Amino acid sequence: MSFADTAPAPARDDGVIAVHGLTKTFGPVRAVDDLTFEVRPGRVTGFLGPNGAGKTTTLRALLGLVRPTAGTATIGGRRYTEIPRPQRVVGAALEAASFHPGRTARDHLRVYAPQVGVDDARCDEVLGLVGLADVAGRRVGGYSLGMRQRLGLATTLLGDPRVLVLDEPANGLDPEGIRWLRDLLRFLAGEGRTVLVSSHVLSEVQQTVDDVVIIARGRLVHASSLAGLAALERTGTRLRSPDPDGLDRVTGRWGAAVRRLAPGAVEVDGVEPAEAGRAAFDAGLELHELASLSVGLEEIFLRLTAPPADEPAGVRS
Amino acid sequence: MRAALLTEYRKLVTTRLWWVLLVAMALVMVFMGASLAFTFSVPADQGGMGGGEGLPALTPTDVALSVYSVAAGFGYVFPVVVGALAVTGELRHMTITPTLLAEPRRGVVLGAKLLAALPVGLLFGLVGTAATVAGGATVLTLTGGETALGEPEVLRGLALSVLALGLWAVLGVGFGTVLTNQVAAVVVVLAYNQLVEPLLRLFLGSLEWGQPVTRFLPGAAAEALVGSSIYTAVGAGDLLEWWQGGLVLAAYALVLAAIGRATTFRRDIT
Repeated sequence: MSFADTAPAPARDDGVIAVHGLTKTFGPVRAVDDLTFEVRPGRVTGFLGPNGAGKTTTLRALLGLVRPTAGTATIGGRRYTEIPRPQRVVGAALEAASFHPGRTARDHLRVYAPQVGVDDARCDEVLGLVGLADVAGRRVGGYSLGMRQRLGLATTLLGDPRVLVLDEPANGLDPEGIRWLRDLLRFLAGEGRTVLVSSHVLSEVQQTVDDVVIIARGRLVHASSLAGLAALERTGTRLRSPDPDGLDRVTGRWGAAVRRLAPGAVEVDGVEPAEAGRAAFDAGLELHELASLSVGLEEIFLRLTAPPADEPAGVRS
Repeated sequence: MRAALLTEYRKLVTTRLWWVLLVAMALVMVFMGASLAFTFSVPADQGGMGGGEGLPALTPTDVALSVYSVAAGFGYVFPVVVGALAVTGELRHMTITPTLLAEPRRGVVLGAKLLAALPVGLLFGLVGTAATVAGGATVLTLTGGETALGEPEVLRGLALSVLALGLWAVLGVGFGTVLTNQVAAVVVVLAYNQLVEPLLRLFLGSLEWGQPVTRFLPGAAAEALVGSSIYTAVGAGDLLEWWQGGLVLAAYALVLAAIGRATTFRRDIT
């Protein structure tokens, strides 16, 4: 790939995205509410939250398109609007619809090339990189959503920036495209670049990201490494039997992990239903309920971002 | 600024809009030039308006130049639309987002659009004026009139017609920053061109206090720059000095752009 020889060697804070106390109100709506987080170079960071959580507004404030009501959003310590030739430092792609339908993909890049400070050859190069070389001369109006996503990505790569900001880049990509995107983003982060990728689906980026920043209703609900999020995962099983003594005998082996709900009803942490079921079967114990209490990543994500009313205690970090 | 200008230039030439409108302008102006020449040079009893009673006596040069002035006075729809679409198109297709990502200084973006519109408008001016002359001079010749193309006054008027249409394109950019809905912008330009200004000039022109006001309407200012007008040729109102006309036209462009800078170009892009 073309980046290898020009890979940036960033100074310590160069590629850090810092959002501090960011607030944006649209009329009565608080789209972003006192949001603070940091994104480090050399890692892929997932910026997650349900639709309407304020992800796009945050990114637009970061990129100088939206004026914050309060707080700051900086890249390498500078506001986007203060960076000369910003696309040499930050490559950003917001929604896939920002193309003139009558313009070819190649011309779309050539339009912005002078301001990025690159020539036509570089336009062709990034088109090849995102797999659009064969259709570069076709008008964007005839492109599929996936092709537009690739073109948006090509635009961000024009200036070989050390920071990439991508809003829902996997939208409209087929499974092969998502895999290709994952490899590309991992490669770019591996070169020491900062990669911030928004998504409303955790599973879409789960295999791509190192860190997660999760927001809901404009507020930060969780920020950690992916491993930190995975630590919130748990497994468990609920058992119910008409024979309380038999149940106690079977579950006794799990000691402190067992919670008695009532005579003949227990919950066991850290034990899968399959294991509990086999133990009961081996002991000849009649079961009336064998239910999974496991909470996977996706479930944790949903609970973190759910409206407060039905937010269960214990998951919030 | 150089990069921003090159970007604006490429935005324009990479879509089909500019040449479609340029061809349309050429065709329309040939027709308008020809029909006006017919109207002026053919006597009233043969279907034209020429030689009628009560009209000011016109020299052949006056007749020719007032025919040619229609390019700047009416044909401006085309450069104005091209200028306006340079702004409204960005908002319609949301290309304003990549545009402002490439150049976050919004004043620079707007300035580049205004500057880039001038040469585009001059090209439209060149083609539109030439087309008007082609249509007009042909009919003037056929009906026994004079094309007056050797007259210095006429040649000067034609050169200023090109300049006027260049300014119209700049004005179009300013207009687009104020009325950002693409369809509405085109409709308003057409309505102004076909109805509003003609009616205002005839109506206000007939009032004692209104007549001086009509000279400051943009179409009248453009005609003043050229130095002739079909309105004045038929006795409806008079014109500013040529340089005043140019300044009035430029002032419209700048005032509109200033309003756009304070509104459209200040807003959040969401």
